[in-house]
Amino acid sequence: MITGRDTPLNMLAVFPAPAPIELARTLDLAGYRWKAFQTGEEAWRHEPEGGWAGAVVMCDDDPEGGWAMCRSLRKRENAVSRVLVLLSGSQLTDLELRDELFDDFCLTPFHPRELEARLRHLFWRELKGSRESLVEYDGLVLNLETYQASFGGQSLDLTYMEYELLKFLAQNPGKVFSRETLLSRVWGYEYFGGARTVDVHIRRLRAKLGEEHAYLIQTVRSVGYKFGQSTWG
Amino acid sequence: MQEQQRDYVLRTVEERGIRLVRLWFTDVLGNLKSFAISPAEMENALNDGMSFDGSSIDGYSRIQESDVLAIPDANTFEVLPWVDPKGAEARVFCDIANLDGTPFNGDPRQILRRNLTLAQDKGFVFYVAPDIEYFYFAPPDGKSKPVPLDNGGFFDLTSTDIASSLRKETIRTLETMSIPVEYSFHEDAPSQHEIDLRHTDALTMADSVMTFRFVVREIAALRGVHATFMPKPLEDIQGSGMHLHLSLFRGDTNAFHDPDDAYNLSPTAKKFMAGLLHHAAEITAITNQTVNSYKRLVPGFEAPVHVSWARNNRSGLIRVPVPKRANESATRIEYRSPDPACNPYLAFAVILAAGLRGIEGDYELPAESDANLFEMDDAMLEKLGIQQLPQSLADSLRVMENSALVADTLGDHVFEWFLRNKRAEWRGYKTHISQYETDRYLRSL
Repeated sequence: MITGRDTPLNMLAVFPAPAPIELARTLDLAGYRWKAFQTGEEAWRHEPEGGWAGAVVMCDDDPEGGWAMCRSLRKRENAVSRVLVLLSGSQLTDLELRDELFDDFCLTPFHPRELEARLRHLFWRELKGSRESLVEYDGLVLNLETYQASFGGQSLDLTYMEYELLKFLAQNPGKVFSRETLLSRVWGYEYFGGARTVDVHIRRLRAKLGEEHAYLIQTVRSVGYKFGQSTWG
Repeated sequence: MQEQQRDYVLRTVEERGIRLVRLWFTDVLGNLKSFAISPAEMENALNDGMSFDGSSIDGYSRIQESDVLAIPDANTFEVLPWVDPKGAEARVFCDIANLDGTPFNGDPRQILRRNLTLAQDKGFVFYVAPDIEYFYFAPPDGKSKPVPLDNGGFFDLTSTDIASSLRKETIRTLETMSIPVEYSFHEDAPSQHEIDLRHTDALTMADSVMTFRFVVREIAALRGVHATFMPKPLEDIQGSGMHLHLSLFRGDTNAFHDPDDAYNLSPTAKKFMAGLLHHAAEITAITNQTVNSYKRLVPGFEAPVHVSWARNNRSGLIRVPVPKRANESATRIEYRSPDPACNPYLAFAVILAAGLRGIEGDYELPAESDANLFEMDDAMLEKLGIQQLPQSLADSLRVMENSALVADTLGDHVFEWFLRNKRAEWRGYKTHISQYETDRYLRSL
């Protein structure tokens, strides 16, 4: 239910190994994390936790090896879903009848900006507005990218500290936090109002969530506050 | 932190399609002032503040330089809920600074901030929860007396319907603007309402009172109704007060609470009360700043007249509410003289200063007066050592001008400007010949 934006979503498998210098540079500068392999088997052996986010396969020097890599990445049950193929203009006919093996392609010699743009587009769902950057609970949605909050589809206008407090609580459902912990984790420093500030902000959040949803934030007597139910039951 | 806060505000402006950001601040008399900037200017405003000519603002005028900076307090940024979402607007409270960035002496918010910092240096955080009373009237025509909604006939709906739906709408709006409401009810007087806000630190509460007055008036105006915080709009009916529930906290501990005391009041609370009582007359010009304020502070209408305290006597200046259940954090005192026409920043500042003076000076709390003081004659009151609050604006200005406490708390700029401005108000009133006088004297004398 809760997904953090820190999950690595950009681990790419690259063919061939070692990766051509221009390709390595482009991927590094664009901020992707990647590993180069000579065969699909090798890539599967080194599959990261959570799977490969995608693959960049350069076919221009070794078309046989390149397409073999693509087939290998695609045939498994947890197939790599975003494969970008790099090939020269004279190889364009190779694309025919291989639609299932790739998602996009780019001609070599590639322009780094073009490759970057194509990769970004391939991953846009992950990078923008994806579940990765949303915190959701029972109709409450916090978009960590845009700082916007909504409840049941209605936007919820929060001040900065209200937003930060709600975000922290919603990211840790079912856990009980003392006022001091919330103060140090959310405000992050010895705040003017002291720990009572937390009470004030909790009341404001409850008021904004409305009476029928105020239950989301519960007071745990003489301990502190808890948001929703624990995912462990 | 600061950086993220700015980012949050700018992003919200963008995502919500905000067309105008209203920069709010307060003049010395407690009037809300505002100017609007476009979203494009917001980043600049957050970084450097927006300069404007302060000479047109009451109490800001200075001899030489009149330009000042409005610096938005990013944590007070809120989308205004009643504005059409297609042309969404937001507001943010500002601190006023000189062009070199130092706090501007004429800004009430900076004055309260400075006094709260002094309290904080002593380990105290000051909490305030106001009970605010106000009236709904038909829009004034400037000639006849105010027409209460409850008198009926003015609206097609029964008056209770419209008043209670106005109040409901107001509360909903307040809550979406980070101002949780504790209770709300229809007062005894026709068309009078009371809304009690939940306590917050004093700076947040002063901002909330400003927002409150604005929201109450705005929501009423949308329905063609006039809401007023005038302290005593109707002669024979109780006026509108703003009782303030006060407490000091040290971290998580209520410094006013003592479980072993008969009243659950700590020595700190008693000294604070003693300070407040001792200096009450000096700060009354600030907590009750209009000519009209003193027509509320008369016997017979549940408003305080004497400088006294008690647990259950609502005629006292300070009441000590008995918490419903043993709840340490609910121990508080209620200061009953202020009215909702005051400047909340300055009122909270002088109240805090008076209380702290009591703590520092080890003042002794006089005995409780649970008798009905209204029934006592002057000789009896004198015997008990009970004084009256100032009887008029002129009275309270005379006491204030000799008060080092108030001068220190407000700073020279505001102290002197306020006295000048209010003396002029009194002069204007003194020369006015009222209907009362014509009716009473024209024929007979």
